[in-house]
Amino acid sequence: MANRARPLGLAAPTLAALLLALVMAPLAAVGWRGADMTLRPSDWMAVRFSVTQAILSAVFSTLLAIPVARALARRRFPGRAALITLMGAPFLLPAVVAVLGLLAVFGRSGLLNTVLVALGLPPVSIFGLHGVVLAHVFLNLPLATRMLLQGWLAIPAERIRLAQSLGFGPAETFRHLERPMLREVVPGVLLVILVICLTSFAVVITLGGGPSATTIELAIYQAVRFEFDLGRAAVLAGLQLALGGMAALVAWTFSRPAGFGSGLDRVLALAAPSGWRRGVDATLLISATLFLALPLLAVLLRGLPGLTDLPPSVLPSAARSILVALASALLTTVAALTLALASARRPRALLELAATLPLATSGLVLGTGLFLLIQPFAPPMALALPVTILVNVALSLPYLYRILLPETRALQADYGRLADSLALTGWSRLRWLVLPRLARPLGFGAGIAAALSMGDLGVIALFAGERQATLPLVVSQLAGAYRMDAAAAAALILVALSFALFWAFDAGGRRVAA
Amino acid sequence: MKQHLLAAGLLTVALPAMAETPVLTVLTYDSFTSEWGPGPAVEKAFEATCACDLQFVPAGDGAALLARIQLEGAASDADVVLGLDTSLAAAAAATQLFAPHGKTPVTNLPVAYADPLFLPFDWGWFAFVYDKTKLPEPPKTFEALAASDLKVVIEDPRSSTPGLGLLLWVKAAYGDKAAEIWKGLADNIVTVTPGWSEAYGLFLEGEADMVLSYTTSPAYHLIAESDDTKAAALFDEGHYMQIEVAGKLAASDQPELADKFLDFMLTDAFQSALPKTNWMYPAVTPAAGLPQGFDTFRPAKSLLMTPEEAQAARDPALTEWQTALAR
Repeated sequence: MANRARPLGLAAPTLAALLLALVMAPLAAVGWRGADMTLRPSDWMAVRFSVTQAILSAVFSTLLAIPVARALARRRFPGRAALITLMGAPFLLPAVVAVLGLLAVFGRSGLLNTVLVALGLPPVSIFGLHGVVLAHVFLNLPLATRMLLQGWLAIPAERIRLAQSLGFGPAETFRHLERPMLREVVPGVLLVILVICLTSFAVVITLGGGPSATTIELAIYQAVRFEFDLGRAAVLAGLQLALGGMAALVAWTFSRPAGFGSGLDRVLALAAPSGWRRGVDATLLISATLFLALPLLAVLLRGLPGLTDLPPSVLPSAARSILVALASALLTTVAALTLALASARRPRALLELAATLPLATSGLVLGTGLFLLIQPFAPPMALALPVTILVNVALSLPYLYRILLPETRALQADYGRLADSLALTGWSRLRWLVLPRLARPLGFGAGIAAALSMGDLGVIALFAGERQATLPLVVSQLAGAYRMDAAAAAALILVALSFALFWAFDAGGRRVAA
Repeated sequence: MKQHLLAAGLLTVALPAMAETPVLTVLTYDSFTSEWGPGPAVEKAFEATCACDLQFVPAGDGAALLARIQLEGAASDADVVLGLDTSLAAAAAATQLFAPHGKTPVTNLPVAYADPLFLPFDWGWFAFVYDKTKLPEPPKTFEALAASDLKVVIEDPRSSTPGLGLLLWVKAAYGDKAAEIWKGLADNIVTVTPGWSEAYGLFLEGEADMVLSYTTSPAYHLIAESDDTKAAALFDEGHYMQIEVAGKLAASDQPELADKFLDFMLTDAFQSALPKTNWMYPAVTPAAGLPQGFDTFRPAKSLLMTPEEAQAARDPALTEWQTALAR
């Protein structure tokens, strides 16, 4: 037994250690170069605001996602598959693009206020804490919904049938089937969103409405760029990591396996209750679709006019971005699967931390630290793309890990002993057991990783030379040169490519699973 | 095998440096080197005269440039740094990484500017830009703006150089009364953005009546989009200036070439590329004059702190700003 576990047993801790090193070494390098380590009163305000908005964003996203995911799980309607795919889109938007899309709906001259004014009602302002939370819900509700939907789909058909034959109503179904599933999935969902929002930067300042809406990441920006106070930057980044780590441990403590046992993989939806519940589900689905699709539509319409005005550099930079995204997706999937399988065999705090902390790193400190570490050995510019891929893998791995973990746990519980007794190990176990059974979450996760890597700008900005710009960098350069139409068009291409990559992986995974 | 690959990778990078033609490396901000910035024209013109290879290395924006130089320290490959501004100059000088340029340039700047380490290459006045068709009577002072119910977007002084410029503008114009002005402005400020492009984007999308930008911004719309609806509000207090400068790094391995580049920077070939790419005033007015629209909004009074004053004023002004705007 111990022998058979060895290949994965060694690979996972090594990988976890590498990930932790990738997070901690740059931080240490930055701290090493810094002199002063003291924080200011304004830094503590930033910490407080970061935490407050992150908790609110995570709670609202998750609370809203639960009924939406349930409606998606138990209803069948035309366009359901398209809606599930669309759910991937907002999460993949670069922050600045998402903000512009939201403003087209909720802004001063946006759709909502036009309607309100026409009805003789006072207009509402999107700027402030509520705007920050609204934007974070827009970006993260789809991710939460998809993660929860995976949970609903993972309830074996046999349990659902048993529930039906016992005459379970919606309340009993919730108590015996849905609640255990939520108990397993929700802590992870809350955690991921909390940590993403903790490090959010552009959304928070832009929609925050003033300096009281300040995050830790902004304080780090200020410390590095204007003050070159690397000591303070390292302390702040360390604090951010500690908060992320704490959240990871709390979530880890609260998550409980649902323990449904295995089934025969027949597809069976939960009973769809009729009556008023039908109306509620329909309303939920329509509202969620409008909330997610209208800003996306605005992004599309905003980008179209500038398409003819795009500079030729868009093409090579798009190709570079796709290459980076594919390489990152492949590596991330392999790494996340390794960690999730090992964690399902034997849960360990080390694995949990290694798979969560990268989310809580400060992009700026990570980039700066890697720059300091690489510079003595090679010109950082020469390594721009490899470094970008490496960072993308570290930053998107936590999402994949969270998506895979409930499924690898179920796999281990249901088939682990059978596979062990059949001496099904190594490649054949992967080929005949793991990959076929995890195709759906793997496809979804790889899609997320690819799309996130398309949009990631944080690190390339420090390393990119004249001829290495990726598409997000081109978008920000165009916007910085008054060319807002061209920037919107390039952003549209970026979003379309991210979405296409996401769709290809996600649909591929679902097809293999079906 | 891996070592071979790494060596091959490093060699391809090192090869151009070993070739016959000397390489001049200029560290600058992103928008200078982009294909719609001044970079390509400048590179072509300089390489025609210098028998060298001019390479621009982009490094984010002005503030990122300063951080980058300090990160690289004396080990930097760069010879010249182009694109710092007067609010950052004192901090840049304090790094002791720059060498004196030893020149006494003749420029058309509206204020006297002489610095032993840095040479100006372009400049502009900060101003609030608005749409004439939507705002027929713009405010003429900060006080009038604060008393109005106009909505403005500004940049964050903690992450962007225009944001820092506005902070110094209010300080230079109002001194000890600056905190009061900020308190008055608090209800006018819709939001604060991380950088210039986000703020300008919000303004163009109709989220605000005015945006902190430059007096030359309307010229962009006029020339590039044939749109003359944008205007810059001229304030009686005077307008704070941003002067963009370049300097030679002391550790440069091409000091003569670097000097040559700094001389070239103030010639017509370089200066005439600036107005319609950087949308700033060139430090030396080109022989062909300034493009249309550059003379439309000229403030009567220019404000500018010395680099040392700016450096000293920043932290207290920032605290003042944060306190006044915290709700």
